Amino acid sequence: MARSDVFSRKRWSEKTSNNFGHDVHVLAVDDSLIDRKVIERLLKITSCKVTAVDSGIRALQYLGLEKNSVGFDGLKIDMIITDYCMPGMTGYELLKKIKGSSTFREVPVVIMSSENVLARIDRCLEEGAEDFIVKPVKLSDVKRLKDYMFGDEKQETNKRKLSEMSSESDITEPDYSASPSPPTSISESSAESLSSSPSLDSSTTLSSPASPHLSTTSSPPCSPSLLTSPTRRLKMTNLELD
Amino acid sequence: MDVINQLQRQYVDFLSSLYREGLLDDQFLQIQKLQDESNPEFVNEVVTLFFEDSEKLLHNLAIALDQQLVDYKKVDACVHQFKGSSSSIGAQRVRNICVSFRTCYDAKNLEGCLRCLQQLKDEYYLVKNKLQTLFKLEQQILAAGGVIPIMG
Repeated sequence: MARSDVFSRKRWSEKTSNNFGHDVHVLAVDDSLIDRKVIERLLKITSCKVTAVDSGIRALQYLGLEKNSVGFDGLKIDMIITDYCMPGMTGYELLKKIKGSSTFREVPVVIMSSENVLARIDRCLEEGAEDFIVKPVKLSDVKRLKDYMFGDEKQETNKRKLSEMSSESDITEPDYSASPSPPTSISESSAESLSSSPSLDSSTTLSSPASPHLSTTSSPPCSPSLLTSPTRRLKMTNLELD
Repeated sequence: MDVINQLQRQYVDFLSSLYREGLLDDQFLQIQKLQDESNPEFVNEVVTLFFEDSEKLLHNLAIALDQQLVDYKKVDACVHQFKGSSSSIGAQRVRNICVSFRTCYDAKNLEGCLRCLQQLKDEYYLVKNKLQTLFKLEQQILAAGGVIPIMG
């Protein structure tokens, strides 16, 4: 859990001055209206500009990669987050189209899915997805994404590779994930680690000490919490094979 | 002041019971975290969408299962959507029924499906009722000049 607050904040501000004089612009793709509303709010609360569309086709049209596109010059998209299971074009198919385009292949794509299927995760990562989030999406998921993509960990890697996983074990993240029990406990340590995150500076609502946080119990290796990061999930697989 | 405290206590007790009974899970808390002064109606808006969506899905499921030749793909599509939306707002028991529902339609077990649909209806209307009560309590607190306690 040790992460030098001062160090990470300095590197993050270097990053923002170099790359992001503007808000991070995210394109969110989900056929569910409820999920679109939630992801939009999650992203806005982490100071991202959001464009939400309801299908892969619409996403491609917005990006200007499709016939009848509404794409315009100078469109800046910093990240695409898409649901996997969608009628028509799946998130996987959308991922392939984006990675196959010259204009947007460098844009990180994150896949969301309600199914925690290793084969699906592997397939997406192999096709170039930056990360894979198991739904329902939480605030901690979005903050983690924003931090490592546009924060202090960006220079480590854009693509998480198997070979780098062992070195990444040092970069442990606070355990934000939900415990199934009622949220009656406020964990001191998770409150601390949240306040060290630079993205909190712009969203004051979250730094309120009164807001409840999830208990940071020491979870067994195969708990869902560790599986929220795809590399940890792959790491688990390796462990199981040993 | 007493009135506000009483209402607040009532609210906390009621919400706690919903978590304790498994009607709501942590995701509901996540949704509440997204509400603030700039978006004071967020939870209400999301939950209202959930109500509208759910009732439409229950209606479609009833129709789909009433056909001479049941299209289980349609059933799958509805339940999948229901599972997603209930999961997104933290309606845990509704979501769990959707999970068992899948076993029934995967096996093309019509009787099982009809049973699941009934359970789904029961759980949905139960959580709807509880959430509406919760909102009423919130309104009462606000009307009395108090703030809605943040669960912790």
